[in-house]
Amino acid sequence: MEREAHLSGKHVGDSSAPSAVRGFTITRGRTVPRVELPFEATLLVSIPSGHRAEPTGPAAQVLEVCDRKSVAEVAAALHLPLGVARVLLADLVAEGHVTVQRTLTRNSSIDERRDLLQRTLQGLLVS
Amino acid sequence: MDSEPSNKQGPASTKIVIAGGFGVGKTTLVGSVSEIDPLRTEALVTDESEGIDDISQVPTKHTTTVAMDFGRITLGEDLILYLFGTPGQKRFWFMWDDLCLGAIGAIVMVDTNRLDEAFSPLDYFEEKGLPFIVALNQFDNGPQFELDAVREALALPSHVPMIRIDARDRESAKTALIRITEYSLEQLASQVPVG
Ligand SMILES: Nc1nc2c(ncn2[C@@H]2O[C@H](COP(=O)(O)OP(=O)(O)OP(=O)(O)O)[C@@H](O)[C@H]2O)c(=O)[nH]1
Ligand SMILES: [Mg+2]
Repeated sequence: MEREAHLSGKHVGDSSAPSAVRGFTITRGRTVPRVELPFEATLLVSIPSGHRAEPTGPAAQVLEVCDRKSVAEVAAALHLPLGVARVLLADLVAEGHVTVQRTLTRNSSIDERRDLLQRTLQGLLVS
Repeated sequence: MDSEPSNKQGPASTKIVIAGGFGVGKTTLVGSVSEIDPLRTEALVTDESEGIDDISQVPTKHTTTVAMDFGRITLGEDLILYLFGTPGQKRFWFMWDDLCLGAIGAIVMVDTNRLDEAFSPLDYFEEKGLPFIVALNQFDNGPQFELDAVREALALPSHVPMIRIDARDRESAKTALIRITEYSLEQLASQVPVG
């Protein structure tokens, strides 16, 4: 069923925001993250290892602020568009600089879903 | 992979998506339950993206942005619930695939003055099979409708939960979060595909 007959012509967002200009040039045009990374995923910075080259440029900036923050919080803190922050963070994950705490993903099993949903419901009911 | 912890009860985060037309109260709902002031981020809408159905609607031809406000609720020591509020026009659908990845479900907020603004998000969640509920935000000047009349006007199947809320009220907003989580669990139990 298609309910939407027309688009409302209203102005959306603020195209004068600095991040709109910076955009995906920071990721050299890459918009697809190297690992699946939901916006709510919390990042943990790994202990530096001699085996890994330290990141430079925007990735270094992201690494500096991301510990115990979600992808969305990193984006907000650095005034980066969500998709850009996610590509940079996914690089850091793929390179071993950062690990990710549990979220639901495309691959979550029914048991994992039920577990997380039940924990959320319990938490909401007592909050 | 070391990025995928195996402990089922380990620290985790999850999210609920708050969708609806402009000014329907999305940010208000996020703010009344969040432990932080809603933070604003944005997603880019570029002309390379698939799913833009009418690029002429986008003010700068190459890139524009759409706001996503989010808030956070810590539920016990090990679990964080994020709430993402974002408008639901069809030209943003490609971005919603990202937004909805891993979501518990969605709350579609409806203002009885402008029912048609809910059509697009409803179509989206139905198409994707993401569990959603409809929350009628009662504005002071809005017409009072029976829930059944709104259900009919929105062409909502009878199994989709509908509730009335006041997005400004924390307890009221919380009922919406509880209802979508319960409904998502019910859907899981009945083996309806999720996400
Ligand atoms: N009476 C009443 N007013 C509300 C309610 N929820 C929100 N409002 C008011 O409606 C206005 C718009 O609310 P927002 O939360 O900014 O709406 P939004 O959906 O985030 O708007 P956009 O992000 O601009 O699309 C604000 O002035 C709110 O105070 C409600 O439940 N009842
Ligand atoms: Mg808003």
